Amino acid sequence: MERRDFLKQSVFASGMALIPSFLKGMEFLSPEQLSGYRNVIIIQLSGGNDGLNSMIPISNDIYHSLRPSIAKKEAQTLTITNDLAFNDNLKAIAALYDLGEVSIINNVGYPNPNRSHFRSTDIWQTASDTNQYLHSGWVGRYLDTNCQYPYQAIEVDNALSLALKGKTMNGIAVSNPNQLYKTTREPFFKGIIANTKKEMLDEDNQGYLYKTMLETYSSASYIYETSKIYKTTTEYPQNPFARNLKTIADFIISGLKTRVYYSSLGGFDSHVNQLNSQDRLLRVYSESVGALVKDLKKNDRFKDTLILTFSEFGRRVKQNGSRGTDHGAANNVVVIGGSLKKAGIYNELPNLSDLDDNGDIKYTIDFRSVYATILNSWLEVDDQKILNTGFGKLEFI
Amino acid sequence: MVTSLSDKQIQHLYWRTGFGISSAMLKTVRKSSKNQIIDQLFSESKQSSPLQMDFGMLLKNPKDLSREERKQLQKLRKEKMSELNTLWFKQLIDTKQTLREKMTLFFHNHFSVRLKTPRACLHLNNVIRKHALGNFGDMLMEVSKSPAMLLFLNNRQNRKDHPNENFAREVMELFTLGRDNVYTETDIKEAARAFTGWNFSKGGAFVFRKNHHDYGVKTFLGNTGNFIGEDIIKILLEEKQTARYLTEKLYAYFVNETIDQHHVEKLATAFYDANYNLETLLRMMLGSDWFYDPKNIGTKIKSPIELMVGLSRPFHIKYEDPKVLLYLQKKLNQMLFFPPNVAGWPGGKTWIDNSTLMLRLKLASLTLNSGVIEWHDKGDIPENMIIRQQIYTKMKSKLQKKVKATPNWNAFLSTLDQKDKTELTDFVLQPQLSEAAKKLVSQLDATNIKNLIIELLSLPEYQLC
Repeated sequence: MERRDFLKQSVFASGMALIPSFLKGMEFLSPEQLSGYRNVIIIQLSGGNDGLNSMIPISNDIYHSLRPSIAKKEAQTLTITNDLAFNDNLKAIAALYDLGEVSIINNVGYPNPNRSHFRSTDIWQTASDTNQYLHSGWVGRYLDTNCQYPYQAIEVDNALSLALKGKTMNGIAVSNPNQLYKTTREPFFKGIIANTKKEMLDEDNQGYLYKTMLETYSSASYIYETSKIYKTTTEYPQNPFARNLKTIADFIISGLKTRVYYSSLGGFDSHVNQLNSQDRLLRVYSESVGALVKDLKKNDRFKDTLILTFSEFGRRVKQNGSRGTDHGAANNVVVIGGSLKKAGIYNELPNLSDLDDNGDIKYTIDFRSVYATILNSWLEVDDQKILNTGFGKLEFI
Repeated sequence: MVTSLSDKQIQHLYWRTGFGISSAMLKTVRKSSKNQIIDQLFSESKQSSPLQMDFGMLLKNPKDLSREERKQLQKLRKEKMSELNTLWFKQLIDTKQTLREKMTLFFHNHFSVRLKTPRACLHLNNVIRKHALGNFGDMLMEVSKSPAMLLFLNNRQNRKDHPNENFAREVMELFTLGRDNVYTETDIKEAARAFTGWNFSKGGAFVFRKNHHDYGVKTFLGNTGNFIGEDIIKILLEEKQTARYLTEKLYAYFVNETIDQHHVEKLATAFYDANYNLETLLRMMLGSDWFYDPKNIGTKIKSPIELMVGLSRPFHIKYEDPKVLLYLQKKLNQMLFFPPNVAGWPGGKTWIDNSTLMLRLKLASLTLNSGVIEWHDKGDIPENMIIRQQIYTKMKSKLQKKVKATPNWNAFLSTLDQKDKTELTDFVLQPQLSEAAKKLVSQLDATNIKNLIIELLSLPEYQLC
């Protein structure tokens, strides 16, 4: 090596040597470890997806009579059973369903449902009771109690959701690993990192900035170095959501030591002329997830992956005055995976003749039971420590 | 009562009520008493400068347009939304009415609306600006009746027999009482009935459509009557909780996210007794001794707009390519006119995650020095210094083309009063320095003042005000 190149490298080396010792210790997965390393992908359909027009109770007269102009006709659906059908924009999901890789859990919600997007999103993301205000998310608390590094929960997006913010540790938001890495290599920032002491990282705003900076610095190099290993050749649809899922596939197949991935698809908050916008979004969702599963299967990682899709609430059964629906309560949740214990329709369909006072579907399964099952049966950790209360487990995995 | 302010306290006042203070201005107001400075802030903001835009084809009735023109409408709307964004951004950089604009920013977040209709968005923004230092009740009424709000929260679709609760819910949850305070689900349903019939004409004027209105008797927050929408808003303003909720939010915005209940209660009572006069509330807040407590100084995380405007103003940065401005706002998670949802940007620590923080730290070097922080270790060997300099030069030419921001360094340096490192640090950074920053600053080379300033602006401390 030329002396000149050597100097160049020593000046701009990756800087691992500068990382304070309390942050050191990166682990990489070898190919043998890769197989069997389970992960969860959580997808939030933001804005309140109308579950009744996604998984349609096609033979239910109440459904048709309460939604005279927005109920789906049989021809617009893909049959599941005599009583339930997929919205016909969910072709890829229906195909996975036929392979026994989908479980539909109906009537998921919580007591005294809140119909505000923000509050209900907070409740789902923090796994709180309806009147309990938590500042940490359930994935964040999973990091707190079971993980060593922030990158063990990654949100592929521009910003980090409350779900991934713990009490002592936050997950990492990254939409482009290259860019994140490059920024952290700035020599001046290395100087700041090198001078940072553990005692400075307290909970006030300044301590929070330094802590975030340190975590970013170390996680960025790990994610960047590791995710270089695999770049997918599978074709994905051309939209931002699909691009995010593609990034997740790169991460999983490259062997990132990440347990939870998080991403969201927004735009479901329509109160007016709902059909067009919802159908378009469901198609984006289905085609993108279809591509992701294909990619994971090709690389033999689907058996280690579980995909949970939820929305902060469902919609009112009765349509409103503008060919739309207002905010509702309980909703269906979709679980997709290569190792499901119980695929198909997990439980009873919503009872449309027994609605709550607002005309919304009553919950029969607490959403935290879904979390508890994933934590306990899939990630094999103590769910009570994370959810603070014991919730009954389900049997889908 | 403290009547004069230290430099740090003056800087604090200017950061919280605006976007920082220039060296020249600090030199001038240093001679004034606290009350004189506050008076000046209000008198500078007496006037209101509404945003103005040419909407061209968007003003025409779509019926009068050709098919080809109608196709272009959507694209034009999108372009005009971006134009509106940069128009306001530039006004924030250039304005002398800083307190009014800062309050407009507050209410832009309070009455958070995200639409694809530029005319409605511009109108709402000007309504808010007009009332920003006036009466909150008047603002609430005019905002509720604005096309933007009627569109965004679907009150146009709210009709007798087909109620749409969206506006009725949010007016209580987000605009007046605050979530889960005072009202019930029944109150929401009853209020929604009262708001039926609210609509606007093609030209954007408010209209009351009688045949869509539910004339039945409603019971709302314990009052029963033949209410119309205006009555609901009046009843909401009679609730002291509305004053309390607004005061808490303003306190978090101007003073500290950690609410002091004692201070808030006093302010809320004064605000309520002054019939929601915003100037009264602000004068009391800014005039208090506790506003200048060390625990309130340098502890707030700047919003992306505060950060970007705060950087742009002293250097008179010109952004050649408006797309860069939009890109930066988007990446920092605060795009004017594009809040995430009706609750607005949550602010505080939520501005910060790994990706936003790195860009925020890079922002000063991006806009002031083509993306480069020219950092040199004291005592580094000469070979390293030379190589580093070469790499910096190469980085600059690459980034210059992308960012296209031109700062006016001469204007900044010629009026700069603070010459040595300590003075400069105190002027540029509001918080007490962390141990890491102290050590790093002590090592910085003060001979190149331009580099020194960029380095100070690239410290995590600059993210706070």
